[in-house]
Amino acid sequence: MSIPLPCSIDETVSGLVAMDYMPDRALATALYLTLRLERPLFLEGEPGTGKTEVAKAVAGMLGRRLIRLQCYEGLDLAGAAYEWNYARQMIEIRIAETDRDRDREAIAGDLFSERFLIRRPLLQAIDPHHEFAPILLIDELDRADEPFEAFLLEVLSEFQITIPELGTIKAIRPPIVIVTSNRTREIHDAVKRRCLYHWVGFPDAKREYEILTRKVPDVAQHLATEIVSFVQGLRDLDLFKLPGIAETIEWARALLELNAIVLDPETVNNTLGVLLKYQDDIARVQGSEAARLVEQVRAATRLA
Amino acid sequence: MSDAQPSAGHFAENVMHFARVLRAAGLPVGTDRVQLALRALSLAGLHRRADFRAALLTCFVDRAEQIPLFDQAFYIFWRDPDLLGRVMAMMLPRVTGLQALGQQRENRRLARALFEGQQILGQPAEHKLEIEATWTFSEREVLRKADFETMNVEEWEAAKRLLVNLELFFEKIKTRRTRRAATPGKLDWRATLAASARGHALAVRWRQPRRRPTPLVILADISGSMSKYSRMLLHFAHALALSDVRVTSFVFGTRLTPISRQMAQRDPDVAIARVVAAVEDWSGGTRIHACLRAFNREWSRRVLAQNATVLLISDGLEHGDTLGLQFEMERLAKSCRRLVWLNPLLRYEGFEPRAAGIRAMLPSVDLFLPAHNIESLEALARILATPPAGTRSSLH
Repeated sequence: MSIPLPCSIDETVSGLVAMDYMPDRALATALYLTLRLERPLFLEGEPGTGKTEVAKAVAGMLGRRLIRLQCYEGLDLAGAAYEWNYARQMIEIRIAETDRDRDREAIAGDLFSERFLIRRPLLQAIDPHHEFAPILLIDELDRADEPFEAFLLEVLSEFQITIPELGTIKAIRPPIVIVTSNRTREIHDAVKRRCLYHWVGFPDAKREYEILTRKVPDVAQHLATEIVSFVQGLRDLDLFKLPGIAETIEWARALLELNAIVLDPETVNNTLGVLLKYQDDIARVQGSEAARLVEQVRAATRLA
Repeated sequence: MSDAQPSAGHFAENVMHFARVLRAAGLPVGTDRVQLALRALSLAGLHRRADFRAALLTCFVDRAEQIPLFDQAFYIFWRDPDLLGRVMAMMLPRVTGLQALGQQRENRRLARALFEGQQILGQPAEHKLEIEATWTFSEREVLRKADFETMNVEEWEAAKRLLVNLELFFEKIKTRRTRRAATPGKLDWRATLAASARGHALAVRWRQPRRRPTPLVILADISGSMSKYSRMLLHFAHALALSDVRVTSFVFGTRLTPISRQMAQRDPDVAIARVVAAVEDWSGGTRIHACLRAFNREWSRRVLAQNATVLLISDGLEHGDTLGLQFEMERLAKSCRRLVWLNPLLRYEGFEPRAAGIRAMLPSVDLFLPAHNIESLEALARILATPPAGTRSSLH
């Protein structure tokens, strides 16, 4: 079911668009190069700008399996690569104890065989039995700690994991790796050096409109224009946390639920919590600022 | 870019020269990246300028801050259709005005990288401002480089003493990572079963949480009124940066400059020379409010995420918006584990926080301590190593 890799940047763009992902040209270039050069892609950007969605879209576009590793502080080998199935091993030991004929060495050898192994995302991704290279999404790497980064470095360069009891497992077809970061801390240069880098920014009005109408097809054309224009206006303000595309989409859904046909200051004030996630930001925008933005949006849409 | 495709040899050379320009402008571009870029370009093609830029960018840049610098370099370097001539011109001495680069003001580092060794005419001679700005507030940034002599022997000794006591500086907190332990904690299933398999029936093995010192963020004021202490404080920051703990340092006067990269240099004199070269608002005025605001917006989410302790080193003599300052201090205090304010003014007997700036900042601070020489910093070490006690409001 695998689809061959795209042969040009244009093909990459159209492939992603077919998956309902609207990339900008630079992202498509970075992705195309990732696929062709077999280098991991490091995506950094504000939360809610569609970094995780890229991996899903690529997996869909190529018809490959998506293996996702969500990072968190304290993520270790047992959570990321493999773990032994202790419960099964315990039972095996108990059974062995009743069976006097088996000798200890044989039991010990058997306890650490593949059937007691629990495969976590990294090991799944480098499984040599894959027919096609899967997509490995290492999500929010900034949430993990430095020791994990060091371990990851080894996996990303060699695509192999050594299990002391079992031996080395090496990928025959290295996975297509996409690493994302929200930049809550700097990722070590050594990791970045192995990757291609792309900064995922906020989209321009045209692209945001396309994304919105694709993701929320029910929204009326007029309302969608107003929503995009309002959010773009918000991003020009001096806010602590700017709304991402994810927020735009959520807001459009919220407005649909409220049966809004056009933006008016009252509805905006009541639903600001969908767009802005800091009280200081909400306090800044609520009231006169929101009214001014709505007025600006109306003036702009009248012109258009 | 040229319409006529340049021959492969020259073209590769140009990419290499472009990488050299970037490197000289401060982007860490390795030789492996040049090869990667050439492979990338052979795939992406040279037909569209935007694709060409994107392909080079994805190979040469690895952090978002570098993008504006990259774009400027890209614009200047690849604008000229005569690429080779352009590169040759770079290598030959030539007199060029900065105006030749267009109206847009380019980064000073970049200008230096592009026209290294060439006299740049048309640039006004740097004003030598020698006003003693200790107690006056100046909006203008005095673009004057501090002339630090190299470290003297006593300072070197003091810094070494400090390094010995460095362990004390950091309070250790539990992490979610564990290590093997002899005392009961979390059951170590893997070790227990491995032992059982080897025939040690019921040999239970344990794990305990690993402890790790909290990361440290240093925000040092280098304005005119602090200039007497700047040098000592930079040595202090450098000593801390060389420890195993994650230390992120910033200096601020009228603007905030991250200096962790420069501080990573092992030799203190080289490190501080690099900081001096990178900082443009040395010994000028202070805008604590604006700088804290910049820190809160641009950096706090990136460096304070893991229970960081913030060391704010400043005299707190802010003459601007004290209400805004209070707000930014509060936000800073709320987003870190502990906010420690080192104030050199505290060494004066009978110092009272009268200045409006200091009064605005104090309520949010966990610890308010003197710091005017290495000795007072050593005393600070002992206090920092203990977990935070008391509430923020108990200070005043």
